[in-house]
Amino acid sequence: MNVQEVRKMFPILDQKVNGKPLVYLDSAATSQKPIQVIEKLDEYYRNYNSNVHRGVHTLGTLATDAYEGAREKVRKFINATSTEEIIFTRGTTTAINLVASSYGRANVGPGDEIVITPMEHHSNIIPWQQVARATGATLKYLPLQLDGTIDLADVEKTITTNTKIVSVMQVSNVLGTINPIKEIAAIAHRNGAVMVVDGAQSSPHMKIDVQDLDCDFFALSGHKMCGPTGIGALYGKKALLNNMEPIEFGGEMIDFVGLQESTWKELPWKFEGGTPIIAGAIGLGAAIDFLQQIGLDEIAKHEHKLAQYALERLREVEGVTVYGPQKRAGLITFNCDDVHPHDVATVLDTEGIAVRAGHHCAQPLMKWLDVSATARASFYLYNTEEEIDAFVKALIKTKEYFGNVFS
Amino acid sequence: MSSANNLDTLYRQVIMDHYKNPRNQGNLEGDSLTVNMNNPTCGDRIQLQMKVKDGKIADAKFVGEGCSISLSSASMMTQAVKGKSVEDALALSEIFSNIMQGKEYDEDRFDLGDIEALQGVCKFPARIKCATLAWKAMEKGLHEKEA
Repeated sequence: MNVQEVRKMFPILDQKVNGKPLVYLDSAATSQKPIQVIEKLDEYYRNYNSNVHRGVHTLGTLATDAYEGAREKVRKFINATSTEEIIFTRGTTTAINLVASSYGRANVGPGDEIVITPMEHHSNIIPWQQVARATGATLKYLPLQLDGTIDLADVEKTITTNTKIVSVMQVSNVLGTINPIKEIAAIAHRNGAVMVVDGAQSSPHMKIDVQDLDCDFFALSGHKMCGPTGIGALYGKKALLNNMEPIEFGGEMIDFVGLQESTWKELPWKFEGGTPIIAGAIGLGAAIDFLQQIGLDEIAKHEHKLAQYALERLREVEGVTVYGPQKRAGLITFNCDDVHPHDVATVLDTEGIAVRAGHHCAQPLMKWLDVSATARASFYLYNTEEEIDAFVKALIKTKEYFGNVFS
Repeated sequence: MSSANNLDTLYRQVIMDHYKNPRNQGNLEGDSLTVNMNNPTCGDRIQLQMKVKDGKIADAKFVGEGCSISLSSASMMTQAVKGKSVEDALALSEIFSNIMQGKEYDEDRFDLGDIEALQGVCKFPARIKCATLAWKAMEKGLHEKEA
């Protein structure tokens, strides 16, 4: 993979922010979009914008073919068995909410358990809190090791035959931890529970094989993997999806509508009420083509190298605390002495460097780390070692700046 | 403007002084008006306590977690409203809100003192919410008291 060639495909990267070349280190919040995706959206709106699955006109057919073609791309991308198992959603949040509201409420009862981890994003916590409250189930947390990893012995102890749902993120958006999903899924299944995977931070960066993971549900967001905002997908095993009720009712998802009752379309459309996110899905399809053309293994290798380089460089900076394990995905969450992460992010921004500061939608994890907020630099296929050098240099400058104003 | 100069308009010496040595930090003893507020997008939190007697803010203290801007603003706010009437405190809060939005404000009504140092925040839109958190808590408390 030639990073300079890759960068040319991302027009947004070629600009100055506050007079300095933009260094975008916030891809874990949202990734930038390659020209292939931008042009695909443009092409759709210019040439064949039309509603799908209705009417007989030519544009409608083109739009339907492109929309359903995108579903096939998602299927292949995560190696699902059938496109019936791929539901387009607004993103990971909506996907997890769908599982919680439909599968969760129907299959969890008083005395049952839902097991998650303290490192989850709010979108993989609150839907389960709501299910637990509505059903009388207990929400249990897997303990974390000091370095922010999960020990399988703890998984064995926490998941019991009362556990009905286990939901874990594959990659942590704060710690960068890569969780042993396949192993956790096996333990969940042995106890009769289903395994839900929050794939928001893994699907952009590594090969996903839902059959190999043997997870029951897998959620992803398009905008974190070079696609547009407002589109994501839920994978579910066909046998489970078939027995689940839709949670949104209206156009597009029906088979027959009577005055008092109606029936639903077959999978996957019964879960896609209303005009779907047509342009978004087509854009996501283009993003998948792009990622596969570069190669997920190549991307993972590049990010791993960047993360290890950044870890090494940050060790040179006195007073910087890095959170999470050594073996990690392409992101680094840190704090810098007494300088609050918002102040760090503001000073870095004046140097053209975009990082995230705050609680990263993971308040329970912030509590576990015993911090109120952290700063995070996250990397993607278009980032370079030179950018990490610029970041470290600006971080040193930040420390000096606050050192001066404090003295 | 170079980035360092630009930063200096935000991180004025007096702001850093309030951040390092916050005034009126802690809890009030006895009965008081207590308001908890947080900024859900970034995790800043404040607990503000006020004693209101005869239409006047007799005392105010805060505890909180946050960045230099949010904590220094809380420190300055408590300093500014102590001894003011409820009406004046709310009027000052409105002036502060206008300053943050870069709007015109009545410069003659109050001596702004240290608060003036926060003027630079309006050039950093992402940080305005940090500066206004304590003021919103104060407004909320006083409005609840009136209601």
